[in-house]
Amino acid sequence: MVQKLDMLQETPSQTAGPYVHIGLMPSYTDNGGIYDEEIGVSPIAAGARGEIIEIVGSVCDGTGWAMRDALLESWQADAAGIFPGQEGADPGVSGHCRFAADAVSGEFTLRTVKPGPVPHRAGGRQAPHISLWIVARGINIGLQTRIYFEDEDNSADPLLARIEQRPRVETLIAKKLGPGQYRFDIRLQGAGETVFLDL
Amino acid sequence: MTDLGPLIPRNRAIHPVPYDPDYKTSVARSPNLPLLSMESGPSEETGPVFGHGRIGALDNNLILNWTKGAAPAVGERILMHGHVLDETARPVRNTLLEIWQANAGGRYRHKKDSYLAPLDPNFGGCGRTLTDENGYYQFLTVRPGAYPWPNRGNDWRPMHIHVSVYGHSFGQRLITQMYFEGDPLIAHCPIAHTIKSHGQLDRLVAPLDLAYSRPLDFLAYKFDIVLRGRRQTMFENKLEGM
Repeated sequence: MVQKLDMLQETPSQTAGPYVHIGLMPSYTDNGGIYDEEIGVSPIAAGARGEIIEIVGSVCDGTGWAMRDALLESWQADAAGIFPGQEGADPGVSGHCRFAADAVSGEFTLRTVKPGPVPHRAGGRQAPHISLWIVARGINIGLQTRIYFEDEDNSADPLLARIEQRPRVETLIAKKLGPGQYRFDIRLQGAGETVFLDL
Repeated sequence: MTDLGPLIPRNRAIHPVPYDPDYKTSVARSPNLPLLSMESGPSEETGPVFGHGRIGALDNNLILNWTKGAAPAVGERILMHGHVLDETARPVRNTLLEIWQANAGGRYRHKKDSYLAPLDPNFGGCGRTLTDENGYYQFLTVRPGAYPWPNRGNDWRPMHIHVSVYGHSFGQRLITQMYFEGDPLIAHCPIAHTIKSHGQLDRLVAPLDLAYSRPLDFLAYKFDIVLRGRRQTMFENKLEGM
């Protein structure tokens, strides 16, 4: 017999279900007040350095229907490309946000600071991006993706460079609507399917 | 910041399949195309930190937190407890756990839940806590009821508590569900069976834990959680600027 691998196995995922808001965003479902302070209400506080931007979008299923029950979380660096917790990070940036699709329109809004480029382990820099994690009824394991920006230089980004089918790169790039305004639509399945990540 | 090494790649074989026709909603909500795999970087290896200052004294007590201690929820009183470890068996300290659940009758306090079982005026259905220095956590709650859901003609969810956990990095983020030992509905649940390995599904079933039950007060169920670990090596490329 060979030696045993002393490894545990990750706990299997399960869908967050239709009532995920109860646990993660109590005020969304009129249960506000149960906690003194909810988690992830905004990724920035007053005084955050950098350009304040607003990203609107929706999460569409394979039929093109904007899901009304999706919940998203974002994680990002500050305007200088430093993650909260790292040395020199902007104290005005917590970097983490929870936001939900609107129950009527299906649209979400993320108001944050535009992140700076961040280093890559193998060297070089990654283009500015925001990491996203999407859960909902029907999604058995949270979907990871990224938001890049149309008005940044994305040409040397190592993750985007690995996407073989070049038209799919566009699915990760937020379109600029105006100053500080972007649109980022997520398509779970079918035509224009967003690139989802395993990293 | 020291580079602790990349996250160990997720073993997707232990996880549910994204597309499962028996769980009807997954059919239009699962990607058709493969995921893009890559070694983790700082975006996945860092994550939010939640301090003790934000957690209220009753936040992990679902029996009392909805009424701020004024009146207890109705139902079978239980302690849900366990450890959060990573794949390398290290305790995951000071990490945020959040749970949510239906009340003892299987009804959620959510505007979209119209099940005819009544709300409990003394039960909200969510709680949160931080693990301690050993990765240990506890919640006091009532055992949730099973409930029907519109999937196939007569589908009922087993009793379950939803669990959300952070770990120390965004790439460890995990949501799962805890089931209860002996519940006959587990064998019939299309959501539970999106996990195709029975051995893996069993890992979501919490055993009755009489050792931690308090006589004349509550029963205990143990639910340990494992998050992704970090691959440590002396031969790592160091992250620039970290």
